[in-house]
Amino acid sequence: MTETIAAPAAELGRARRRKEDARLITGQTNWTDNISLPGTLHLAFVRSPHAHARIMGVDLSGALDMPGVVAAFSGADLADEQGSMPCAWPVTPDIVIPNHPPMAVDEVRYVGEIVACVITRDRYTAADAVDAVDVDYDPLPPVLDIRTALDEDAPRVHQTGNKCYDFALANGDLDAAFRDAPVVIERNYRQQRLIPCPMEPRAVVATCVGDEFTIWSATQVPHIVRVMMALTTGIPEQNIRVVAPDVGGGFGSKLQFYREEVLAVLLTRRLRRPVKWTESRSEGNMSQHHGRDQWQRVRLAADADGRIRGLSVDVLADMGGYLMLLTPGIPLFGAFMFPAIYKMDAYSFKCTGVFSTKMPTDAYRGAGRPEATYGIERIMNELAAELGMDPLELRERNWIKHEEFPYTTIAGLTYDSGNYEAATAKAKELFGYDELLREQAERSSRGDKVRLGIGISTFTEMCGLAPSRVVGSLSLASGGWEHASIRMLPTGKVEVVTGSSPHGQGHETAWSQIVADQLGVPFEDIRVLHGDTQVAPRGLDTYGSRSLSVGGMALVHACDRVIDKARVIASALLEAPPDELEFSHGVFRSRSGTGASKSIQEIALEAFTGHNLPDGVEPSLDADAAYDPENFSFQHGTHLCATEVDTETGFVKIRSYVAVDDVGVVVNPLIVEGQVHGGLAQGIAQALYEEGVYDDAGNLITATLADYLVPSAADLPSYVTERTESPSSNRLGVKGVGEAGTIASTPAVVNSIVDALRPLGVRDITMPCTPERVWRAIEAARSNGGSA
Amino acid sequence: MTEISVKVDGVTYADQVEPRLLLVHYLRETVGKTGTPIGCDTSNCGACTVLMDGVSVKSCSVLAVQADGAEITTIEGLAVNGTGLHPLQQAFHAEHALQCGYCTPGMILAAADLLRDNPRPTDEEIRDGLEGNLCRCTGYENIVRAVRRAAHAGGVRP
Repeated sequence: MTETIAAPAAELGRARRRKEDARLITGQTNWTDNISLPGTLHLAFVRSPHAHARIMGVDLSGALDMPGVVAAFSGADLADEQGSMPCAWPVTPDIVIPNHPPMAVDEVRYVGEIVACVITRDRYTAADAVDAVDVDYDPLPPVLDIRTALDEDAPRVHQTGNKCYDFALANGDLDAAFRDAPVVIERNYRQQRLIPCPMEPRAVVATCVGDEFTIWSATQVPHIVRVMMALTTGIPEQNIRVVAPDVGGGFGSKLQFYREEVLAVLLTRRLRRPVKWTESRSEGNMSQHHGRDQWQRVRLAADADGRIRGLSVDVLADMGGYLMLLTPGIPLFGAFMFPAIYKMDAYSFKCTGVFSTKMPTDAYRGAGRPEATYGIERIMNELAAELGMDPLELRERNWIKHEEFPYTTIAGLTYDSGNYEAATAKAKELFGYDELLREQAERSSRGDKVRLGIGISTFTEMCGLAPSRVVGSLSLASGGWEHASIRMLPTGKVEVVTGSSPHGQGHETAWSQIVADQLGVPFEDIRVLHGDTQVAPRGLDTYGSRSLSVGGMALVHACDRVIDKARVIASALLEAPPDELEFSHGVFRSRSGTGASKSIQEIALEAFTGHNLPDGVEPSLDADAAYDPENFSFQHGTHLCATEVDTETGFVKIRSYVAVDDVGVVVNPLIVEGQVHGGLAQGIAQALYEEGVYDDAGNLITATLADYLVPSAADLPSYVTERTESPSSNRLGVKGVGEAGTIASTPAVVNSIVDALRPLGVRDITMPCTPERVWRAIEAARSNGGSA
Repeated sequence: MTEISVKVDGVTYADQVEPRLLLVHYLRETVGKTGTPIGCDTSNCGACTVLMDGVSVKSCSVLAVQADGAEITTIEGLAVNGTGLHPLQQAFHAEHALQCGYCTPGMILAAADLLRDNPRPTDEEIRDGLEGNLCRCTGYENIVRAVRRAAHAGGVRP
């Protein structure tokens, strides 16, 4: 056998600049709001100003009398055809799933709920016409605090009551773990409501020609929208095409099937004209799904040396007024993630989903995992303080050692790989952990008014959603696979079709790198197509840090099949048996040493002409693959945050932030670093700045970007990022990265602030840690006798 | 309706507009410059930033009639004669300073104005100077790097 040199991974690991950029930096973009078809009508919505009210009447005449108003409808007008918005995750057999009409008919259950719509010739007339619609409401009492919403005398969001579901997961003997435990601590943590705020507002353009419907939508999930549209409207699925053109970020908020999408389709069907809707930011803050919003009670039992015996978690999760696509399932990711990287004897997780008269919650970057990571990483620091241990040492005592993988956790997940020791060692070194501890002690002893805090988060996440059988066992109405097609063109170029649907992640670049390595063709010869159900008919889209570990693996499997077929053709052309051909760098060569060779790009032409194909081989060189992962992937890392906390003003400044992440094998380090940066920003924003706030009447008082504090460059620190690498068990060795920074950073920041103030007696600060809240926490600790 | 004349990316347009028409809608829907996006309704996000007579403005906060007689540069006209790339465009690409790209036109034009005022800003001055432009994807780290890179490349122009 001829000696072969292992093919170097020419593209994997290379910091390729992105193919996507050329258009985006020159304004040659195709956002949904840019699309304007001849005859387009503008759709605008009349939204409820009440958190909870009965609709007594809708008078559309004021709008219909205006020039340029083509039509106007109330919910009652569409009652027979509008159906009910679907919830795809009925998490328990007895879950309550309320009727959820796209346009409210009898009752509204959050401020911003759609009660009527106007369709006009232009955008400005639409805004005027909305103001001319008169809706008569009979206000009902709002339900704004889910901690009292289950009381017997609480007002009801729905006739069925305010409980949506109870979910429980338990393993091990919890009573034994807590009985006689030397240390038991209990903490209550608040996960505030967040508003995702991608920079591009939502937009939809819908049109029908004959019985064919085309929908352009600013969505993460064109394939899911297509299925849901068919199920909701009754339009046959084969007559629906959904296109996600350029999409300006999502972060989970566009992992949704929205009322506005359904209404645009129903109205184009009625009016036989293209219908377009683009939201304003304040409309979007009210009516894009929100994230988080949980109350957690966490209890930890430990031995005197810090070994964890048991963990018990009770979560109250705010569903909002209705269930959207994945609303009830989001908190349940926490069921699997609360135990995090730690070993323990027993575990219990209980979650109650509760309805309120607020915007429904659903996936926001991290989706259930940030909430759990926050709870466990905060209470680990509390346990360390209780025991007088270094919080990193406490973690190390309990975490899964690198030689113990694969390891099945108390929550039932099998972590395939990881090396928490390596990530932590690197983070400590970059951070200057020991030096900062010395500085902290010194400043504390001289009573510095600005305290130094050191925050830790050693986190992991289940990402790469998801093995279909696993999500099926959890009652999700979908699978977790991904699809890819590889099409070799006659000129040797390659079309890659992916069912993953990027909106900023850089698939066109990263997918080109993967395929270039697999097929041995130049990066520049590859084009990646996505985001259109007519172009990429199979797929499950982009969320849950799944694109690379599921969609990327689908590419590898499709490339395998292309190479297998090319090998048969090459065998005929080179007159050598297929198993005597080696394939390297895109070229087939006979191992017997005749020197003859054929590149896969040449074979693509042969497959196109069909002149010299062996008997039984079909023309064309392409292949499809659907890849269903065997497991999640488990990205992990150690994040360290140093804060300067001014005890007189409550102002917090992040002095340094070190993130060491193990995302497995890296395809493009530039893209990975960018994902970490952006994730960190959103996690830090939860810790310091953002909160979706409703007032006592149920009005959203953070409806604009003037009130909802998405941080600017001036509000955020510079980050130090590094990586360690323990390859995952899939063939590429890759894991996810999109949500890592968000999951890790929130507890790192808050742990740091609490660490700075612990000598003053502060044990917790409710997020976001604004100067006022930090100052109040210090004052409260002082008045409780904490030493100043 | 009011008649206005506006030079956009080197071409002069004359139009009858409603007095309440926002400049950004004029650019996007009347002139067809869809490279300038809209991200909010309170002038917080800066996605719609363009240069008006060389100075950055949020085009959602300017009426089209206020731009009468002005010269507007959008992201589509930033590169000279539409060929090649402005140093800031090159730097944003080189430093991976964009992900979804929605904030990018405004961010680049705000940065152009920043570098005109302060050709060699410190990182802190870059962060403060871009405070009016929000990005949800990048965490700003690479945007700061890109502006620094463009400054060193002599990014000041137009």
